[in-house]
Amino acid sequence: MLRGKGWRISFFDEMTGQEGGTRSPYREYCEWFDAEDSQRIQHKTQQAEALFRTTGITFNVYGDADADERLIPFDVVPRIISASEWRRLSRGIEQRVRALNAFLHDIYHRQEILRAGRVPTQLIARNDAFLPMMMGMDPPGGIYTHISGTDIVRTGANEFYVLEDNARTPSGVSYMLENRETMLQMFPELFAKVAVREVGDYPINLLKSLSACAPPKCGGTPTVAVLTPGIHNSAYYEHSFLADHMGAELVEGHDLRVVDGRVAMRTTQGYRAIDVVYRRVDDDFLDPLNFRPDSMLGVPGIWDVYRDGGITIANAPGTGIADDKALYSYMPDIIEFYTGEKALLPNVPTWRCSEPEHLREVLDRLPELVVKEVHGSGGYGMLVGPAASKKELAAFRAKLEANPGNYIAQPTLSLSTVPIFTKKGLAPRHVDLRPFVLMSPQGITITPGGLTRVAMTRGSLVVNSSQGGGTKDTWVLED
Amino acid sequence: MLGKTAASLFWMARYLERSENNARLIDAGFRIALTRSQTAAAEWKSVLVTAGVDRAFVAAHGDYSSARVVDFLLRDPANPSSIASVIKQARDNARTARTALTREVWEAVNTNWMTLTALLKRPVRDDDLPDVLTAIRQQSAQVRGALNGTMLRNDGFNFSLLGTFLERADNTARILDVKYYLLLPSVAHIGSSIDNVQWETILRSVSAHRAYRWLYGAEISALKIAEFLILYRQLPRSLAFCCERMEDNLAQLERGYGEETEAGRMARALCNERLSSPIQAIFDGGLHEYVTAFLRANAALARQIEHDYRFVE
Repeated sequence: MLRGKGWRISFFDEMTGQEGGTRSPYREYCEWFDAEDSQRIQHKTQQAEALFRTTGITFNVYGDADADERLIPFDVVPRIISASEWRRLSRGIEQRVRALNAFLHDIYHRQEILRAGRVPTQLIARNDAFLPMMMGMDPPGGIYTHISGTDIVRTGANEFYVLEDNARTPSGVSYMLENRETMLQMFPELFAKVAVREVGDYPINLLKSLSACAPPKCGGTPTVAVLTPGIHNSAYYEHSFLADHMGAELVEGHDLRVVDGRVAMRTTQGYRAIDVVYRRVDDDFLDPLNFRPDSMLGVPGIWDVYRDGGITIANAPGTGIADDKALYSYMPDIIEFYTGEKALLPNVPTWRCSEPEHLREVLDRLPELVVKEVHGSGGYGMLVGPAASKKELAAFRAKLEANPGNYIAQPTLSLSTVPIFTKKGLAPRHVDLRPFVLMSPQGITITPGGLTRVAMTRGSLVVNSSQGGGTKDTWVLED
Repeated sequence: MLGKTAASLFWMARYLERSENNARLIDAGFRIALTRSQTAAAEWKSVLVTAGVDRAFVAAHGDYSSARVVDFLLRDPANPSSIASVIKQARDNARTARTALTREVWEAVNTNWMTLTALLKRPVRDDDLPDVLTAIRQQSAQVRGALNGTMLRNDGFNFSLLGTFLERADNTARILDVKYYLLLPSVAHIGSSIDNVQWETILRSVSAHRAYRWLYGAEISALKIAEFLILYRQLPRSLAFCCERMEDNLAQLERGYGEETEAGRMARALCNERLSSPIQAIFDGGLHEYVTAFLRANAALARQIEHDYRFVE
């Protein structure tokens, strides 16, 4: 299963392929680009930055209290995906999200997959995100993963891999939408020339999807609210953006309390019940009575209301176990177990350091691998072997030996590149893709495209915005 | 609407209004300092007293040099009422209430913060001060324009206007309170005109020196100025104007919510009882006493609004 030494290290460029021509999805764009004055595009790039600042599309970097709010660099060259490529991707993503939801239901009910021995029990038992309180609970509509984001990388013309599943609180959807808005403002003529699929209906789909998961006690049109930790959270912009575009209230824990068995928000006219909460706070902080007592972010007693069918929490508590990177390596089995089909989108080959044989191989080949913490996110706590110094390698080796179960390793992928616009013209940079998926009892909606993150530094493979990565508009072409 | 959102809109508007009022006060003080250096210290003191920050200034700096006062009022992070501080607070409140604002209003508030933060990065030199003060007023006008031009006329709009007029009434009343000795008939004998420059600073600090001329011509009297600032309903910074707007906005909230409130009753009482007597009657009862009572009633109204509309808990 593992393709070790033979892993290619040349890169596939999505605009030019490997031969340096123009791949067909980019044909119309390149014609337009070649006819454009590069100074004008340069000017537009600066305009875009001003636009992002004015709109306040910024994020705060954790552990950097004094830093100004930062802009995520935006690149004006779109990443283009053909209709047929997208069909293939979206089928694979849909299959995966269905399997994840079925898996979560199973884990919190009969645990058949554990009994069948397809996933080790240890993996669940030792998983911090596993919530015993969810055992036997039926979330409204049977949905756990209302909102998810599947990180995908490309390594060749026909090679796509799922890098990670984000079922907890995937962020970035506001950037996807603002990137498109910015492109439409700057290059309207381009959209007249190239048939690009719409992404702007995401907020309304989100509202529909959440409303379709209203709890049993909801009477009438569901009231939806977005729960944010507040303006100091790094993703606050996104929280307010989504609430604003859905026409929902943006609430913090201290705006909510339990009144008459419902979760209610303090309005200017008294307390009003809410039916569905799209929470952007972690499980631990949801309810100080039932989870972390020191938390000020949540709502005391929300858990009891949830259990009694008084509120829908999206995503469902305990969904985070699906984000575990050790579990990730079992996804092909999980998909097969619940859908009876082979995974349409492959995983990246993964060594589980908890297994002695795997650990030995990982330690042997550390300089060529990427090692990640099982529970880590945002590019923190990882080792990129080829980019690491001897000292860093040695330090990581010690960490691995001390606590191997906390790590997985993957080969350094030859991520595809898409050109960015630089002062010297187009230059290839590595990218990944996060499509956004909505799930309700009525079905699955995947917004065509997603967020393309791009490593702005030449040769870098790190695309996380917290590590200086940028973004691009992502186009899925009409048939 | 969430109580927190209402509070944020109310405070966003108050802070924006405060930045503008402080810019006007600095402008008035600066003119005196330029034209009459011998009375500059006293004038700066009265500006600081009006802005409510005299004690904090004296504790930090001691003597009233123009550069120090201006810097304190414009930029000092230790002064919670400095323009740099209040525009940051206005923006934080706008961010909290982001979902209740149109994109235009949010962008105007955000641009206000970005532009002024850049202008106030370093101490402002005397020769740049007029431009900076103009920019502050213009930025504020942009926000007001966006609010007027794009906001739904709903409760959120009412809360932001309540913040604006409460703050503005407070500001005008403070100017009167600080200057009341100038306006007392016993000091400036009936018939004699008060010091030209002094009356101009009063009027200038509410941007009404030209309007006064249009209305009263060359006749400058303490009584007329006090009447103008307190009772003249067409002057957008008079107490009467501000109170009427508060009464209107509270009445609209009451209609919208179908519920009478104590705040509404207080605003009606403020208009009916304090702003319906002629200026001579106000003087007879004592201008200082009148203004003090007004300031107290205005602050009580603010607390009542906060309570009636569940800003906090």
